[in-house]
Amino acid sequence: MSLDPVTLAVIQAGLQQVCDEMDLSFSRAAFSPVIAEADDRSDGIYDASDGSLIAQGARGLPVFVGTMQFSTRHLIQRIASGETLPPEPGDIYIVNDPYLGGTHLMDVRFAMPFYRDGQIFCWLSNTGHWPDTGGAVPGGFSASATSAEQEGLRLPPVKLFKRGVMDPELWQVICSNIRVSGQRIGDVKAQASALLVGAERLTTILDRYGDGDVREAIARVRALAARQMRASIAQIPEGRLTASAFIDSDGVVNEPLTIALTVTRSGAPGEETLTFDFTGSSLPCAGPMNSVRATTLSSVYLAMRHIFPDVPMSAGAFEPLEVIGIEGTFLDAHYPRPVSGCAAEVSQRIAEAVFAALVQGIPDLVTASPAGTSGNFGLGGHDPDKGRDYVMYQISGGGYGGNAGHDGLANGCSTIGISKAPPVEIMEQTYPVLYRRYALHEGSGGAGQQRGGFGLDYEIELLRGTARASFVMDHGRTGPQGALGGQDGAVNRVEVIRGGVVAVPEHLSKAQDIPLQPGDRVRVRTPGGGGYGDPALRDPGAVAEDVRLGRYTPDQARALFPGWRG
Amino acid sequence: MAKGELETTPRGLVAGVDVGGTFTDLVIFDPATGTVRLAKVPTTLDNQAFGVLAAFAAADQDLTGLDLIVHGTTTTTNAVLERKLARTGIVTTMGFRDVLELGRRTRPQPYGMTGRFAPIIPRDLRAEVPERMDARGQVLTPLDEPALRAALADLLAKGCEALVIHFLHSYANPAHELRAAEIAAEVWPNTHITIGHRLLSESREYERGVTAAVNAAVQPLLERYIARLQTELSARGYTRELLVMNGNGGMVSSRLVAREAVKTVMSGPASGVMAAVYTGRRAGMPNLVTYDMGGTSTDVALIRGGRAPVSNEIEIEYAMPIHVPMVDVRTVGAGGGSLARVDAAGMLRVGPESAGSTPGPICYGRGGTQVTISDANLLLGRLPPERFGGELRAAVREAFAQQIGAPLGLTPEAAAMAVLRLGNTHMAGAIRMVSISMGADPRDFALFAFGGAGPLHAAALARELAIPQVLVPARPGITNALGCVVADLRHDFVRTLNRPLDLADMATVHAIFAAQEAEGRALIGAERIALTGITAEYSVDMQFVGQTHLLRVPLPSGQPTRAELQAAFERAYHARFRVDLDSIPANLVNLNTSVIGARPEIDLAALIDPAGRRATLSEARTGTRPVWFEGWTDTPVYWRDHLPADLNLTGPAIIEQMDTTLVLDPRDHARMDADGNLIVTVRSA
Repeated sequence: MSLDPVTLAVIQAGLQQVCDEMDLSFSRAAFSPVIAEADDRSDGIYDASDGSLIAQGARGLPVFVGTMQFSTRHLIQRIASGETLPPEPGDIYIVNDPYLGGTHLMDVRFAMPFYRDGQIFCWLSNTGHWPDTGGAVPGGFSASATSAEQEGLRLPPVKLFKRGVMDPELWQVICSNIRVSGQRIGDVKAQASALLVGAERLTTILDRYGDGDVREAIARVRALAARQMRASIAQIPEGRLTASAFIDSDGVVNEPLTIALTVTRSGAPGEETLTFDFTGSSLPCAGPMNSVRATTLSSVYLAMRHIFPDVPMSAGAFEPLEVIGIEGTFLDAHYPRPVSGCAAEVSQRIAEAVFAALVQGIPDLVTASPAGTSGNFGLGGHDPDKGRDYVMYQISGGGYGGNAGHDGLANGCSTIGISKAPPVEIMEQTYPVLYRRYALHEGSGGAGQQRGGFGLDYEIELLRGTARASFVMDHGRTGPQGALGGQDGAVNRVEVIRGGVVAVPEHLSKAQDIPLQPGDRVRVRTPGGGGYGDPALRDPGAVAEDVRLGRYTPDQARALFPGWRG
Repeated sequence: MAKGELETTPRGLVAGVDVGGTFTDLVIFDPATGTVRLAKVPTTLDNQAFGVLAAFAAADQDLTGLDLIVHGTTTTTNAVLERKLARTGIVTTMGFRDVLELGRRTRPQPYGMTGRFAPIIPRDLRAEVPERMDARGQVLTPLDEPALRAALADLLAKGCEALVIHFLHSYANPAHELRAAEIAAEVWPNTHITIGHRLLSESREYERGVTAAVNAAVQPLLERYIARLQTELSARGYTRELLVMNGNGGMVSSRLVAREAVKTVMSGPASGVMAAVYTGRRAGMPNLVTYDMGGTSTDVALIRGGRAPVSNEIEIEYAMPIHVPMVDVRTVGAGGGSLARVDAAGMLRVGPESAGSTPGPICYGRGGTQVTISDANLLLGRLPPERFGGELRAAVREAFAQQIGAPLGLTPEAAAMAVLRLGNTHMAGAIRMVSISMGADPRDFALFAFGGAGPLHAAALARELAIPQVLVPARPGITNALGCVVADLRHDFVRTLNRPLDLADMATVHAIFAAQEAEGRALIGAERIALTGITAEYSVDMQFVGQTHLLRVPLPSGQPTRAELQAAFERAYHARFRVDLDSIPANLVNLNTSVIGARPEIDLAALIDPAGRRATLSEARTGTRPVWFEGWTDTPVYWRDHLPADLNLTGPAIIEQMDTTLVLDPRDHARMDADGNLIVTVRSA
């Protein structure tokens, strides 16, 4: 332990900044709005021997908080076993196989060995959500896929860049298997150059502090992060906390999937562990609402990070967290189970189960459940005026959960995202649609002493040509859970209005390829957040203010908040 | 002087007065005698005009003798941040009144599922009327005029003073907004009507709506404030022009400023940057990273080629975008009040929490108990100990011993040094993210350090950032007021084209640039201000087709050829991202023109009276005190105003002046230029 505590903190801050700069560079240079605007990407530094997380960008998409260490680990193992060609300086591997430490196929990882004196010092890796990787439907979110092949092109780790030069043959293979491939070269260059930016900055740090000190700092930060996580979970009372969360359906079989969770805090002071036991969760499903192991673990990690954001993002932070009981369930699906819903939806239900369990033990630190769906509405069709096909995505926020401090935020982004919703004007410029409303989902906030936030209520009309609508959302059957006596938030409601007739999809929040004619409409009301605490205890003045502003009708308010007589 | 007449020298006294959060600063230049007067008085928060008058009184300046007053104000900034706004209503497209509340919501931080947001206009003052344009500007639903009149009557009945008219796609066809404004003008009792597309004629309904709403909600406040100030000034015999500093780094007449009041929201930080541009240009340092460190936050800007960076996409706080051209100043959440602690795992942490101004650092003696960066500066001898007293110093030392030293096994001094080092690392990282990580080479820059605390950290930060030189201006504490005096008149114009470059009609492009320039020249020509010339600067915002982010590309003229635009864009893109994308076509999004009325040159050498300079360094020395670098070092202390013109000083040294302290680390070297700036050459890390 030669390293002084100051140099340690300085090196840690430096490694964090390397990742933050990679994130920034990737987003600003990217073409896909999903990366450039929605920041659906992440960058990090990973251990040379086992891929464990050394540092990751603070503004990376939360769902990637734990995944890249698993994909890097698989890559290292495959190189060791000879399945994958060994690296040389300047190589960049590409991989999107969900079963090798991934999420869904659209999340494409790049990994680059970083050399010092001829040896791999660490790996730099990033993930970017590509707008398309082939498969049955544009964009990859097929609500009714029943195997991985229907979801898109699956790449094991292979070298896209060899000694700094892109392999044109592999690139042509990829381009021939994905839609709108013309712009992807821009994203690929942005993704690769972010790794090069990281390598440049990391070199500066190593040159300044010395490889030995940096190596020691990495090990020490890992141990410190573990210690800090243990100190954090020490605030949770010892014993078991249970909760469940439900996914409306898998998109193929119209039955809910259950996430059953028991969280157990155990261990002597300084050795605290938190065990997340998912025993009793549903079996692997036919449709795309399966999760893979890496995504399931990452979902637990990101939920814990929402609760304890101060713990450094390092593999050490995860050491006190044990996830068990997922084998044989839909939370640990294997090839060829379809998985496109894992990153956007299943992950958020897992996080909801974690919140719902822990809010009972540490009510000051956890909120009631947030809307927790990415609200993916895809519309694919042909625009006769522009003479071209299009694929439109509308993602949307929902209400956040009430909490010890205040009411939930209205229209907050998904638990696993940090993205901005697209402007209505940009959508109408780009696609043949007209928004009839973009409004607060009135009455949707779950009642509580601190109520949930309100969801979004939007309605879109098709103006020209024909199109097909698809939905991958959730919380259509049950609303986001209230906590400590608070009520659930309103459910997600999808209506398709064709020829003036209103219909609700069979699977409520999921549907694929519903044909639309000009004049047909889609209305979506996203979930409100769960309420926190007994609604009867809510300040009557706050209820009156919500009524005055039209957030609840007087009748709703009287029904939801016992004792209120405005 | 006739309107628009060009003069090469100002005739009389020019005053710059800047109202900041704590102090109101004044600088008065007398071109005839080459002398300068300064004053610093407390800001009067309820009515900033009193502080302004107090500053003139403190400088013993008779207002009848002034030729020009340029004013920087935080009236609108504070109003927005504290939500102390004029009661404002909005009329908007049916179905869209909640846009201002829903926003493009993210959450305030990536982790932590909490957050609060207060829209500028509450829901009951947001009215909807039937009307609709499509994205091409074709009318889908005509404006329902009776419904509009009813909505206006209702907003008036609810006590609204200001009004926003904000319709979807008004940038494509403003007819409905214009007609609604006509009707509103008939019934609205004042002129506080903001029309969305007038301020910002580009798509994105949330950003355009917030920009308009902020404008409306601060307009009456700014107008009243300016009127009060003008009344007070006239009562004291001032009859000349009052100019107000805008967030774009230019001055605008007080008669016009309230019309686009939102542009003053960043006026303070902008004037600091303008002073840096001016000082740097005279010093032969056109590339600067400006660094203004305050108590809770630090403002940073990147100046290249002697031009202030301008952005149309500034977010002044969470989910509060203001999309009009403003000097691109980024705020990083670290300052002298940043708190230090050892966390549960035994790791040293500095920030992001801050002691703010209340209770503030321990050394303020206002009840602060947790150690901060400022406390470290005091304990280590960097701040003048006599300013704080022995008791506070002892309290600070004890706090470092307990809070940082004991858990880490360090002496109080080593603990304080650790806090400074980590604080500098964080700040350097944050500065890098908002400045040189945008594709600049730090070796081409100098760090321009100002504000009360800037010079304390400047050399260490420059070292961390690999910036070779630091420029400390003559009067770091009044930089914003200086910015008011040296800034030019400026009007900015933005026009959205959004066409692939291949398809853009270049004749239209040239015509737009020409029209923008003509409008700017007309506005500037109407002012009664001494100017040495009027120039226009042109730029475009471009992207590759398919991208969403824009890149600003400066142009040498307003008549570029298509090939020149393509080449300039590719060069700028490569410089920023080191990526060439020759296979993808470019998109021409915005055409921008800034018309600038240049003011006569002001000689900065008078900022420190040359008569006060001593002949030798030893004569400028005020004493010696122990300062902690690697350990305690007896360090000479100098009085800045006495430093000899041929300064040649190698650290360690402390240079003090009225309102700031410069720390010269061992082996750093300082010299002085003709304007009295200190140029510190930083030894590398």
